[in-house]
Amino acid sequence: MTKDMIMSRDWPLWEVFIRSKGGLSHKHVGSVHASDGELAVRHARELYTRRMEGVSLWVVKSSEIIASDPSQSGPLFEPAESKVYRHPTFYDIPDVVKHI
Amino acid sequence: MYTTELKDRGASTADATLFAEDHALVAQFEARVAADEFIEPKDWMPEAYRKTLVRQISQHAHSEIVGMLPEGNWLTRAPSLRRKAVLLAKVQDEAGHGLYLYCAAETLGTSREEMIAALHAGKAKYSTIFNYPTLTWADIGAIGWLVDGAAIMNQVPLQRTSYGPYARAMVRICKEESFHQRQGYEIMLALANGTPEQRAMAQDALNRWWWPSLMMFGPPDAESPNSAQSFRWRIKRDSNDELRQKFVDITVPQAEFLGLSVPDPDLRWNEEKKGYDFGKVDWDEFYAVVRGEGPVAKERMKARRDAWSEGAWVREAADAYETKRQARRAA
Repeated sequence: MTKDMIMSRDWPLWEVFIRSKGGLSHKHVGSVHASDGELAVRHARELYTRRMEGVSLWVVKSSEIIASDPSQSGPLFEPAESKVYRHPTFYDIPDVVKHI
Repeated sequence: MYTTELKDRGASTADATLFAEDHALVAQFEARVAADEFIEPKDWMPEAYRKTLVRQISQHAHSEIVGMLPEGNWLTRAPSLRRKAVLLAKVQDEAGHGLYLYCAAETLGTSREEMIAALHAGKAKYSTIFNYPTLTWADIGAIGWLVDGAAIMNQVPLQRTSYGPYARAMVRICKEESFHQRQGYEIMLALANGTPEQRAMAQDALNRWWWPSLMMFGPPDAESPNSAQSFRWRIKRDSNDELRQKFVDITVPQAEFLGLSVPDPDLRWNEEKKGYDFGKVDWDEFYAVVRGEGPVAKERMKARRDAWSEGAWVREAADAYETKRQARRAA
């Protein structure tokens, strides 16, 4: 391999989000490598919207994303499970009572 | 496009590493996979699972990228503007498929740089099918019809594979792939209904692509030693021989509609099994191509390396621009 065969370094990774149509939120679709944000948007346009998949693109540097720890998902989400009274079905209301 | 997982013959999976790992974690992982749950990048996974996936996904990605070359060969010589626009779109899709898959492989902790370097150094494998030349325009028809047809058959089950990023990439790829096969068959139809010379060209392309297409499903089940583990991990969902049989059963009537004959004297309908019996695939040829002895293997790798070197200035310019901009922002 000649010297220029060796990749200098990978460009940073960007996560790509697409709004598929007005009124909907952006949704994660994948990632692209690019040297800067503008080029990341262009790469995302070519890679993820060749078939009218969306009306708007977001890119975010992958390294900027802070995620919860999957191995801790039990304790993290447990309070949601034990507080069933946050759901409307928790409450007993007689059937004769309407519009509630 | 697709590659079945290729390993050097005789290589064995690093099953031993499993014993060094935490039994409780392994058991938990196996249970999740068995329950049809998806494994995501930050989840714990056995080292052998990670390694097998990196190899399979990166080989798949390389196949998409190298797969652009046989078809790219005809871009400037497509017989009409319509055919040219279609072929361009298809080749661009293959590039896209390669990139989706590289992204999926990267989530397992292997850099894009390492994967590309391995390909260019001749250390990585890709589907054997792309080491055959595209001699006439009819080959573009045969590739879309047969090669993409075989690819779809291989890829559809992988939409439910256990590794989330791989499964999601496969969903996108499958959605885009069906136009590839239809455009190929349309080319074959036009040629089959054309002049005697065009008919002969279509038949010649079928003759040359039929057997390599059957090889795309990988070696016979008896020679796929890693299948059991891959099935358990839902990295593989149907056996090579099952898929090959399915492909033959679906494709033979399509060839008959074209009025072309499948180049296999042993091919005949078996009423009992409700499927076709077909001749023996030349596995010596397959393994020779896996070893890099395909008719145009060297040419393919040279084309990849040249494209990489010739594009270096673009990558450097983008880097220089970003460096300059950062410096300006800091000032």
